Amino acid sequence: MIVFDKPKALSNVPLHYCPGCTHGIVHRLVAEALDALDITDRTVGVAPVGCSVFAYNYFECDMIQAAHGRAPAVATGVKRTHPDTIVFTYQGDGDLAAIGTAETVHSATRGENITIIFINNAIYGMTGGQMAPTTLPGQVTTTSPYGRDPKIQGNPVRVCEMLSTLDGVAYAERVSVDSPKNINNAKKAIKKAFQNQIDGKGFSIVEVLSTCPTNWGMSPADSLEWLRQNMMPHYPLGVYKDIDAKKEEN
Amino acid sequence: MGQKVLMKGNEAIAEAAIKNGCLHFFGYPITPQTEISEYMAKRMPKVGGLCLQAESEVAAINMVMGAAASGTRVMTSSSSPGISLKSEGISYIVGCDLPCVIVNVQRGGPGLGGIQPSQADYYQATKANGHGDLHLFVVAPASVQEMASLTGLAFDVADKYRTPAMILADGALGQMMEPVDFAVEEKTDLPEKTWAANGHGGKRNKNIINSLFMDPNDLENSIKARFARYAEIEANETRWEELMVDDADIVIVAYGITSRICKTAINAARAKGIKVGLIRPITLWPFPKAPLAKAAETAKHFLVCELNMGQMVDDVKVAIDCARPVSFYGRTGGVMPSAEEVLAEIEKIAGGLAK
Repeated sequence: MIVFDKPKALSNVPLHYCPGCTHGIVHRLVAEALDALDITDRTVGVAPVGCSVFAYNYFECDMIQAAHGRAPAVATGVKRTHPDTIVFTYQGDGDLAAIGTAETVHSATRGENITIIFINNAIYGMTGGQMAPTTLPGQVTTTSPYGRDPKIQGNPVRVCEMLSTLDGVAYAERVSVDSPKNINNAKKAIKKAFQNQIDGKGFSIVEVLSTCPTNWGMSPADSLEWLRQNMMPHYPLGVYKDIDAKKEEN
Repeated sequence: MGQKVLMKGNEAIAEAAIKNGCLHFFGYPITPQTEISEYMAKRMPKVGGLCLQAESEVAAINMVMGAAASGTRVMTSSSSPGISLKSEGISYIVGCDLPCVIVNVQRGGPGLGGIQPSQADYYQATKANGHGDLHLFVVAPASVQEMASLTGLAFDVADKYRTPAMILADGALGQMMEPVDFAVEEKTDLPEKTWAANGHGGKRNKNIINSLFMDPNDLENSIKARFARYAEIEANETRWEELMVDDADIVIVAYGITSRICKTAINAARAKGIKVGLIRPITLWPFPKAPLAKAAETAKHFLVCELNMGQMVDDVKVAIDCARPVSFYGRTGGVMPSAEEVLAEIEKIAGGLAK
């Protein structure tokens, strides 16, 4: 009996991610959701610029590579012209919360019936460790070498909190993949974000607190601890919006 | 021939797109093309289509990319400053070999420029639609009828060769009303979009729409394959109109609304015994080099007329291999030359040739 296997929706190729990077975990969770809901054959994934741009090689569904920040607009174009497809984007923090802020906010407020997987690791990975819109105050990056000073580099953005104010958002949850327990929660959240789309509920986003050991300059284990000690207080885990929960309250 | 309707040029583009099977439009308001969006917003729900106003030109072109990537016939429209915003998306669309139609109803520039008619985006449309080695199939209508018929052509060429196509119009054509016939020819030879990313249904391998190549040899090969298709477009799809070129001493080269002003001036010059003709590029890319080269065998002088500072002059010089003098007359910034001004320029050149 096989008790552990690669998800069918994950391609049988080596991932290019650095050792200890949590992209691999999140890729697996997305693939497990596609398998569990049996939707790979009608899914279109959109991966824009960033470390995860090569995601087109890693999922067994049709894939589109998009420009930096534009994935929600590309996803809108797919979903609006092919409503029967399941469309997801897989975006990093620089992509989703800096250069693509307009596309994120407006696809959310329109209530596009798409699923967004948002990797928040507080840094630009692909270009080698520059300041992200989610870089914490005091955090050292190559473009905030003296630590992010909000008076100079401005404040980081809390995406789930911001998007939860918008009428079009059906579901916004922040999860983490720093521990088995949190990975299980993340798995449930990602599956729900796809289920919402199948049920036509509208815009669903799962923000995943993630690590970047290479550009943080830490071991994978230290990175997970740094995430717990520094990111979680600034970016609290939890459900920020869920239209189902609201209905239950009423 | 079907029944003719009196319509604005912008509306003619919109209706022609729908008649040619484009049921999805993504746009953003900007003068002088807004009527396209407004017409689409009104008509699309009646024909089972979708007109979606994006949050920006950047988003609109990327919605077009998503729609095109999933195999949908799709269009966006804008005017000059908005086309600059779309240039990133246009480059990605080329890199992914996606067919779509982009309309530019030009206004004056640079910057916010003005809102009056212009042809100052010739360089952008024919040489630099975005970063990288690329071309778009570019048509330049000269009447409301051509706003409609060249829209159909743009969609067909786009689908046939997997390339974005641009309709390069101007504010005058967009705003003026003329009778138009929307007859559409049935197409049977357009290829099936087997490459589209719209869910493989377990019936085929997954499709990847991508413009990224980490190996420079792969990127070079993909560009060369695209340029092989460009060569086919040049061979099969170059279009132009000729008027009284055979005996002409002076050949005017003009496209779009400017060509019509030139026709009036040419008739007036002919009445005065000056042998002048017109070559009107209908496709700006590919540029109609052959008829210009042929005309250079007999004509003595070429006069380029445009609503800019002479952006097409170099293309004409290259087409005739600098065999004859090429001069320029035009107005820019949204100013339209009168037929009298063009006639005066013709007479000046004719006077020089007589000496």
